[in-house]
Amino acid sequence: MTTIAMGEMEQLRKEADNLKDQITAARKAMQDTTLQEAAASINVVGRVQLKTRKTLRGHLAKIYAMHWSTDSKLCVSASQDGKLIVWDSITTNKVNAIPLKSSWVMTCAYAPSGNLVACGGLDNMCSIYNLKGKDGNVKVMRELAAHTGYLSCCRFLSDSEIITSSGDCTCVLWDIETGTQKTIFAGHQGDCMSLAVSPDFKFFISGACDFTAKLWDIREGTCRQTFGGHESDINAIGFFPNGNAVITGSDDASCKLYDLRADQELITYQDSSIMCGVTSLAPSLSGRLLLAGYDDFNVNIWDTLKAERVGVLAGHDNRVSCIGVSSDGMACCTGSWDSFLKIWN
Amino acid sequence: MAEALQQQQQQLEEDEEQPQQQPQQQSSTEETPEPDDGAKENIKTTLSRSLLSMRSMSCVESEDDSPNMIVYRKIEDIVTCIQDETEGVPIRTVKSFMTKIPSVVTGTDIVQWLMKNLSIEDPVEAMHIGTLIAAQGYFFPISDHVLSLKDDGAFYRFQAPYFWPSNCWEPENTDYAIYLCKRTMQNKTRLELADYEAENLARLQRAFARKWEFIYMQAEAQVKIDRKKDKTERKILDSQERAFWDVHRPVPGCVNTTEMDIRKCRRMKNPHRVKKSVYGLVEEGTQSQSPTHTPSHLCRKGTKEDVEKEILFLNTQLDRHCLKMSKVAESLISYTEQYMEYDPFITAPEPSNPWTSDDPSLWDLENSIREPSQQRVKKWGFSLEEALKDPVGQDLFLKFLESEFSSENLRFWLAVQDLKRIPQQEVAQRAQDIWAEFLAEGAPSSINLDSHSYERTSQNLKDPGRYSYEDAQDHIYKLMKSDSYTRFLRSNVYQDLLMAKKKQFETEQGRRTSLEKFTRSVGKSLTGKRLTGLMQSS
Repeated sequence: MTTIAMGEMEQLRKEADNLKDQITAARKAMQDTTLQEAAASINVVGRVQLKTRKTLRGHLAKIYAMHWSTDSKLCVSASQDGKLIVWDSITTNKVNAIPLKSSWVMTCAYAPSGNLVACGGLDNMCSIYNLKGKDGNVKVMRELAAHTGYLSCCRFLSDSEIITSSGDCTCVLWDIETGTQKTIFAGHQGDCMSLAVSPDFKFFISGACDFTAKLWDIREGTCRQTFGGHESDINAIGFFPNGNAVITGSDDASCKLYDLRADQELITYQDSSIMCGVTSLAPSLSGRLLLAGYDDFNVNIWDTLKAERVGVLAGHDNRVSCIGVSSDGMACCTGSWDSFLKIWN
Repeated sequence: MAEALQQQQQQLEEDEEQPQQQPQQQSSTEETPEPDDGAKENIKTTLSRSLLSMRSMSCVESEDDSPNMIVYRKIEDIVTCIQDETEGVPIRTVKSFMTKIPSVVTGTDIVQWLMKNLSIEDPVEAMHIGTLIAAQGYFFPISDHVLSLKDDGAFYRFQAPYFWPSNCWEPENTDYAIYLCKRTMQNKTRLELADYEAENLARLQRAFARKWEFIYMQAEAQVKIDRKKDKTERKILDSQERAFWDVHRPVPGCVNTTEMDIRKCRRMKNPHRVKKSVYGLVEEGTQSQSPTHTPSHLCRKGTKEDVEKEILFLNTQLDRHCLKMSKVAESLISYTEQYMEYDPFITAPEPSNPWTSDDPSLWDLENSIREPSQQRVKKWGFSLEEALKDPVGQDLFLKFLESEFSSENLRFWLAVQDLKRIPQQEVAQRAQDIWAEFLAEGAPSSINLDSHSYERTSQNLKDPGRYSYEDAQDHIYKLMKSDSYTRFLRSNVYQDLLMAKKKQFETEQGRRTSLEKFTRSVGKSLTGKRLTGLMQSS
């Protein structure tokens, strides 16, 4: 680079830093209270004790992902034994056991309609399976290939569209029928690890290894907001049930709550006795509780308003890799490297 | 070769000479408080500060931090403090029957220390953390291969920094073979191989059949070096070495804590490095590359365009109108307060949670269209969104609109929702159909759009897509929300359902539930018989 060019870069960087300082100051000016202070007067939730009601046995290796169906009874799980299993969580029966071409699977998803499931991993592809095929067999319906990195997460918008996040630092909106990329969401500077769709299906959020979370407008294809503050990879992300706030979980052993309309962090959920990273998270139906899975084999339950731990789910013999609360809020499902899924409430 | 071995051993010895009571200051927190009379408090604050904020290491490249390293550093802070001469646990030599057990501490001591210094009230939690630290190999029970911490009088020893996991050991099977081999050469009962170790050794002998002579020689050399050492030192070192292997070759059934999430593997420190040997061997032959060690996507440093884009983004962010914390806090709090009675983890659902009682009557009630519960009807009043989310609520709202001759609004909204979900090839046609039904001149279900939205929508229709009606839909939604919905909530239809349910609930519900219970119990006993019949026949 020439000296002139360097001088220009220097100036631009200074401008950017200046803007960042201004933004920090502006956000600080809006901090007329903290969430904890505002919530000081409301009642405590009390100790939350959930018990294991069912254990889903059948996988032979680490479970990396699970996702509830919208009917709150069926769920799908993906394991490095190369299988995708659809469970009837109440009877613990396996409704489908789908063998995968690649055993390095990292994510799975259930379509809202209940007709399709998807998965992907080190094969860099998102494979869509039709559960309601005419002859009763579950077959690959589509293979969405274009990512140049591993598939870390995928979520259906409908039977026609799906959003994926990848280790190639991008997220993509696909048309399932044609197998083409409709929109590429680029901007993260690290592997995208997780994504979540807003309740109204207009936005989605992504968490990445650049320690930031981004809010994307699905229709426009643009990044609306970026949230920072974590000190390590963000592994898990989810919307607060009202769609106005975002919760992230990171390797820095903390979870953070960011509000979209305030455009800043509201609170951090951490404790000096928790040393291991957060792998997964799910809010309860009301949003008052946050269930987060950690590398130390436990799930911690947080009071989201008071940032206090109100419960622990200890029952897995290895890392908790995934967690989900059913849409009717009745049950929480955890999946672990110990190859079991557990249903708690 | 022998020299390299000797050097390695010397290093081991040097590390050993640092007696457990004088740990090296491994971590560099931003401000390390001076030890003084309030030393206890200082350790606590050092710990919580270093545990909560990891951004203090200036010497470590943050991009290379694997998640395991982050945890290792936190643990090392604790392990350093716990071995502190004045404020740590009492590490001592214990006189046993005929021998001395050097450099040990009891499990209880460790648990007590953790509780005091990490502000933990529950001993179970202290043991959980202690077990985590033990499982990573930072201290270990001297009489067990299984790395966990128990609150008892059993003895534990601290691991030598040389063997700490943060040194990125990935010991090869050749090292393990040497280790097991040398164990068999030493005539000591305490060094006898456990069953699983004997099996491992047998397997390795088969795998390394061709170079077994080499391995044997190395083992002999190691034994020779060990013999030169002082007896007490050997006891300590032997146990530490064993604990190292317990981490990297765990007892069958135990978790291998060195396993890493494959998504993070690629970004490990120096993935192409030559693997170092515990016993100083130089690796021959090709490096085995795991499938995950592909060249990582090192995102390139910002170019001019990147920074310019960033500036644009930052400007948008600066200009954005944001709400005050108090306002958003209020909004979050009121949402959770409103929904807490519907949250099964907080409020027990009526009649019972099917998961706990095994009684699915709650789900049956939900599915019965004719009798929505009072609680459910109340929810429709929270927002138009809630009313529309529930098929029963949506249906009732639609009927209400029909009575007011404004159902076309909701039908339009539903049609546009559907448009966003159908397959791409059907979109264009459906968009036209919607236009014809709701917006065209003389349309059968004409909706009322402002001229601006109308213009925009008709423009969009020139290239019809899923989002062609987005603006129009937003407009109609706002209309319904501010106008029809509020009237709906005040309407007799809704109010009756909300209130009348109370009266009917008490009288009819009682009768209905008992009838249902009877039918169900009969059904159950029948099904039970059928199922057992099936199982017996298969």
